[in-house]
Amino acid sequence: MSFAFNPGIQSQDNVEVHKYYTGTILGAAILAIVLQAFLHRYGHWAEMIELPLLVTIYFGVSRRNPASGLLLGAAIGLLQDALSHDNPIGLYGIAKTLVGYVASSVGARIDTEHPLSRFALVVLLFHFHQVVLAITERALLDRSAPLFTLHLLIDSLVSGAFAVLLFALLDRLRRTS
Amino acid sequence: MVDIPTRRRPLALLAIVVVAQVLLLAFQVRHTDRPQGRDIPLVRYWAVELIIPIERAGSGILSGMGGIWTGYIDLRHERSENLRLRDENGQLKLRNRELETQTAEEEHLATLLEFRKEHPEAPMLAAQVVGSSTAMLAAQVIGGSADPNSHTIFINRGLNDHVRHNMAVITPDGIVGKIVEVFPNTSQVLLISDRESGVGAMFEGTRTHGIVKGNGGPYPEMDYIVNDEKVHVGDAVITSGEDRIFPKGLPVGVVSEDKPSNPFQVIRLRSAAHLDRLEDVLVLLTEKELKLKESDASAPENKAAASLSRAQPPAPAPPKAGATKR
Repeated sequence: MSFAFNPGIQSQDNVEVHKYYTGTILGAAILAIVLQAFLHRYGHWAEMIELPLLVTIYFGVSRRNPASGLLLGAAIGLLQDALSHDNPIGLYGIAKTLVGYVASSVGARIDTEHPLSRFALVVLLFHFHQVVLAITERALLDRSAPLFTLHLLIDSLVSGAFAVLLFALLDRLRRTS
Repeated sequence: MVDIPTRRRPLALLAIVVVAQVLLLAFQVRHTDRPQGRDIPLVRYWAVELIIPIERAGSGILSGMGGIWTGYIDLRHERSENLRLRDENGQLKLRNRELETQTAEEEHLATLLEFRKEHPEAPMLAAQVVGSSTAMLAAQVIGGSADPNSHTIFINRGLNDHVRHNMAVITPDGIVGKIVEVFPNTSQVLLISDRESGVGAMFEGTRTHGIVKGNGGPYPEMDYIVNDEKVHVGDAVITSGEDRIFPKGLPVGVVSEDKPSNPFQVIRLRSAAHLDRLEDVLVLLTEKELKLKESDASAPENKAAASLSRAQPPAPAPPKAGATKR
């Protein structure tokens, strides 16, 4: 038994699909992970922003392809797990796989070019990512991870605001047709 | 290849990727068995938790199927055992029936032996036929006459059993009749109640001789008894031996009705043998017709014997043919 997948463009016709130069997505993902690890050394404020999550959301929304979005999320999450010292491989992978799928699915249905919509989308997906992480940790790792806290809310708002700026920067990497 | 609809493909891919990562996690994470404090790989824990119920269910199903099969086999054994016991029961019933028959025959033989002791004058053939202890042959009544005016029965003994014409047929209670037709394995018996039957008889008390004749009814009549002879209801009548068929002294019946008539009394008898419900009878296997002892023949009461032949309808048979004819 095998499955045949077509990772091609599945977005709706009335929503614009953005394309990027070759290696842009991969480079941005690796850079986000590296920066995340680098910034982690400079205090708590760096933990408020998770660059790999923002990159996953951005390219998922921009590509508007659920298959590529979830695969990108899985790759970024697994790489993030691999670089961590105490997380089992798959913890962030699962969470970012789901985030990539949801982001690309949402991006295929609504316009995510407006900064406000980007902000709201990032805030919601930030908490969605956290919920998935918490559930996975509770179910598989027997850890007591919080589903929602004020600190997480602030983090999500900060991430949302930062994502508006970051996404505008990443928009410049788009290939013009 | 399973063709997944295009709209469902991302969802299927998502499921595959997530499940794969969950399994990846399970391989790394260890489950703590709290009661024993031992850590085991989560994937093993899951595998056990997943497989054991299936194994248990499969084992239960197999056990149930085994039980059903064993029950089926046992049921087959029970069925064969039941059939064997049923067959054995049938054989035992048959054996019991045979033993009961043997017991009945022994009772008959004992009766015959007693009869022979009481009547040693009767020449018998049966010493070679049914054993040295008796001269009689037990027979079963197998049928009657189709003619309501003919009082005859059929017995299951015939030429092959050395049954011959004019042999006497009796029961321990009294006389029944005589053989009138003989077939290889069957014989026809003329009952004493038949119109053409006649038996030399006498009153047991007065020794007065007469002839018991059938009238087609249930009560034979004793004829040739003069009106001067005192007869009472209940008087016993026995054979006189004058007919040379029945030995002397066998019960014939008792007087049930007596009324004077001209020239002889009309005496009705209730037969000693139950002629209406005969089942088993005895055939006297006489080698030759009974011969009157000269002393009996000269006795005054045996004058009826001389009249016996006269009382019968024209008899084509020779004098030794007896008191009755058919």
